[in-house]
Amino acid sequence: MFELAARADVLWLLTAAAFVTFLTRIGGDLILSRFNYIHPRVEAALEAVPAAVLTAIVVPPALSAGPPEIMAIIAAGFAALRFSAFTVLVIGIGVLLAARNLGL
Amino acid sequence: MTKTAKTSDFWEGIRETLPLMGAVIPFSLVFGATAVQAGYTIFETIFASATIFAGASQFVFIEVNGLQVPGWSVILSVFAVNFRHILYSASLGRYMQKFSPPKKLLAFFFMTDFHWANGETRIHTKGAERFTPTWYAGFTVPLYVMWVAGTAVGAVTGQMITNPEAFGFDFLLPIYFLTILIGFRRRPNFLFVVCVSGTVSYLALVILGEPWHISLGAITGVLAAALLPLKDRSDSVLTHGQGEDV
Repeated sequence: MFELAARADVLWLLTAAAFVTFLTRIGGDLILSRFNYIHPRVEAALEAVPAAVLTAIVVPPALSAGPPEIMAIIAAGFAALRFSAFTVLVIGIGVLLAARNLGL
Repeated sequence: MTKTAKTSDFWEGIRETLPLMGAVIPFSLVFGATAVQAGYTIFETIFASATIFAGASQFVFIEVNGLQVPGWSVILSVFAVNFRHILYSASLGRYMQKFSPPKKLLAFFFMTDFHWANGETRIHTKGAERFTPTWYAGFTVPLYVMWVAGTAVGAVTGQMITNPEAFGFDFLLPIYFLTILIGFRRRPNFLFVVCVSGTVSYLALVILGEPWHISLGAITGVLAAALLPLKDRSDSVLTHGQGEDV
């Protein structure tokens, strides 16, 4: 059942991802904490990074997909205002599968 | 510190992870299944959870690496999504006087959104002297063990699914990312950044094609946020504002 198969290039890419993740985890303590003052524009830019990246990942595939996918995104978007992440996932996937089965 | 206080710090850490398990366990299962469905082996999938240990960016890795783009752009996407950690470590690092340098490095390796949120809460309710390596260890062990074990279970189970479309696996990632995105909605300039990044990334996809839409959309959104008129920054992460769970 449990096989140890792995591709070297995939493991290297994952290791690199783990390394840059570690850099972000120590980076603030190593670099930002040396400054007593962080320029508000720099901080505004730093704070915008996650939302900007996630938007750029989500919006294009959502806008290029069919009606079931668009319905699922809209339902999940509203659900996310109220419910926890896993509930939202269940609602979004539920709407997607329902719409697909109805042949929309 | 007495032995009893140490033990209680450890157990308090463990207890604080219980309410978080409702998010950690399902998502570790989903990550394992999604990764295997995307073509990764069980070992590669577990390796990802054990070394990266950051949910959102592990999903980003699968999504972007599936676009047939160069490796560096996959790494850049992971780096960008994890960028928020820089703010967390700058903030928590100020209260780590009780951590020896090796313990500090180890602690940062495992730092998640949860560590930051619960750590700041502990510091501001019980004082920095109770923000100990012992508490941190108690808080980390269950989260890490469940994340890696859940990934393994999800990967083994996911391998048995032969009709991923019937489960909506093909569209699971966009819904997941949308959920995280909405979690950031209380950050300053949120709607503005979303509109700029969304418009630019969609236009870039139509005009230039994959994978440039992600970098271009993200960079434009970040620059736009930096150029906006400055407002009161009292809600910033560095001055212990509110976090979001990923």
